[in-house]
Amino acid sequence: MKTAFDERIGTALADSRLQAALEHLAFRFMTARNQAAADLPNWEELRTQAHAIKRHTIENLSTYLLQLEARVRERGGTVFWAEDAAQACSYVVELARARGVKLAVKSKSMVTEEIELNHALERAGIEAVETDLGEYIIQLAGEKPSHIVVPAVHKTRGQVADLFEKKLGLPHTEDVAKLTATARAVLRQKFLAAGMGITGANFAIAESGSIVLMENEGNIRFSSSAPKIHVAVVGIEKVIPRMADLAVFLRLLARSATGQKLGSYVSILSGARRPGEPDGPQEFHLVLLDNGRTRMLADPVAQPEGYASAAAGTVLSAGTAQPEGYATLRRETLYCIRCGACLNVCPVYRKIGGHAYPWVYSGPIGAILTPQMLGFAIEPKLPFASSLCGACRDVCPVKIPIPEMLLLLRSLETESMPGGRWLERTGFRLWAWAMRQPWLYRLGSRAARFIPARLLAAAGPLACWRKTRELPVFPEESFRDWWRKRRAPPAGMATGRRP
Amino acid sequence: MKSAREQVLGRIPAAAGGAPPEHLAEVTAWPPEQLLARFMAEAGALSAKVFEADSAASAAEYLRQLAEEKGGEAVVARRPLVDALHLSGPRFHPQGTFPAADATLSITQADYALADTGSLVLFSAEGEGRTLSLLAPVNAVVLPASRILSGLPELFAREPEIAERSSAMVMVTGPSRTADIELTLTIGVHGPGELHVVIL
Repeated sequence: MKTAFDERIGTALADSRLQAALEHLAFRFMTARNQAAADLPNWEELRTQAHAIKRHTIENLSTYLLQLEARVRERGGTVFWAEDAAQACSYVVELARARGVKLAVKSKSMVTEEIELNHALERAGIEAVETDLGEYIIQLAGEKPSHIVVPAVHKTRGQVADLFEKKLGLPHTEDVAKLTATARAVLRQKFLAAGMGITGANFAIAESGSIVLMENEGNIRFSSSAPKIHVAVVGIEKVIPRMADLAVFLRLLARSATGQKLGSYVSILSGARRPGEPDGPQEFHLVLLDNGRTRMLADPVAQPEGYASAAAGTVLSAGTAQPEGYATLRRETLYCIRCGACLNVCPVYRKIGGHAYPWVYSGPIGAILTPQMLGFAIEPKLPFASSLCGACRDVCPVKIPIPEMLLLLRSLETESMPGGRWLERTGFRLWAWAMRQPWLYRLGSRAARFIPARLLAAAGPLACWRKTRELPVFPEESFRDWWRKRRAPPAGMATGRRP
Repeated sequence: MKSAREQVLGRIPAAAGGAPPEHLAEVTAWPPEQLLARFMAEAGALSAKVFEADSAASAAEYLRQLAEEKGGEAVVARRPLVDALHLSGPRFHPQGTFPAADATLSITQADYALADTGSLVLFSAEGEGRTLSLLAPVNAVVLPASRILSGLPELFAREPEIAERSSAMVMVTGPSRTADIELTLTIGVHGPGELHVVIL
């Protein structure tokens, strides 16, 4: 059955400009990432350490969140807990209303895309302007980001030129420097006029109550420093225990995302401006967002490492750490630091792009995040849109076992279908039985040789499967026949090896 | 009814306890000449212009020439290292006496630098703040050679009170840049397009 997902995939595959952009992206980013990783002699140790720190933090999440909350409040900040998108959006909208804010500047943040904060602000009559160049382009075009790090990667300079001509009245130019300079000039006025700056955070540090933001443009520094109010919307999984953990995570994040040693600007922000400091916001608000994250966390089923199915897991009792060799896969989704490296290496993302995916999170991480946060109904085929090649796991800076996760989600999705469990089980039982009957196997392999492949492929569901795959050609002689006809090895050569 | 805070915390499984993993032993002492050479190479590769001054006078002269070359106004941070250069003249305005958004050049102070990434570490402080180094199209940063550290692990070991010291610490690694249109590298988006480092 063809779904909207299939339709979008078809559109993406037929778009030659998108295909060229995606190939360019993959080549550039992966070359840079591989060089940057090779440049650090202890890269693998850092990945292992990052995984261990994330695991420890997620196993002690309430401890660290409470510590973070206490530190932020000690420094005069406000902490708001939001169970879902609606609560988070209404807090920000109400705050803006209460302070008479008409214009808010925003930096690129996946979590505010997730909760659609811009729409909520616009509905309340508050102008919200994206200030990252890529996000600004996307906002002018009325689209959604198609990549975690480069949101407008699907747009050509010609399309940006048309957009700036139409929306900003800039005479048509495809000169990237001129387009960038125009955005700088327009957004500079917004930064200086805005009453509120809204950011996400790459990390939140429990021991100090700081948030950490990495960027290249400078728009995050502006958004968090120029307006009177700074609001950071942060998923609860972003907390890390110690400031010094940044030495691990910042190096991994920058190198994995763009191949840089560090982003141009890394801001460590610990509340509003202090006495004596000449600038900075007067108020700092931290919105801690759940929005389905605790559902992943609460899953007590640990899977044996390297293999996953709904049936193979072990139930852990509350408060126990996972045993060695087991992983609570659903929890590990929360280790993600949103570097985008898994998108760049994914043979599926590289063909279909970000807009084919059903939600804001695309690529391999989107394929495991989306079904867990929104349920399978949004796109049941999503966990199946993978070749399970494992490239995502190999580049992941925090070593999330994405392929095992996809297998688990496939298993859960099948079990969630009415009759799905019964149908699949019966099918595999029949197959297992048939494979245990030598006579049936022989009969089947002989019969297959007589049925022309073309005839086989023309019929029913196989025709659909065949569209993108070659049916293997059966050799004229089977291995069994060849083996039987083969001369018996001479005495003393019992292994059957020829000299 | 339970608050959102209680709801969220109530859904989080009981903490497993234990201490976070020990960090890798990475902080090694580099000889000063290696720190300086590596910093200059890394910052230079990011198109920062690095000037090694042999005296406060030569640093001041470099900055005076830079201000002349760029034209317009220069806003100067009121911090000890910059004060020691005694920059004066019609182009130079101490922080707080001229709007930094209208300046061509800002002159600020780095508290540390990181050799292995070519980064400058700036704390928001009295006389400088968060945005002075961001607003003008050209930013010149005065850095004492003795403050160059090997990298991030050493920074966090040397400066354990980052959050106590200031509301904002920024690491600046090269000029402002973007590659958001067709992955074409463009320098100077929202922040400075030109970064000068004067090492004293």
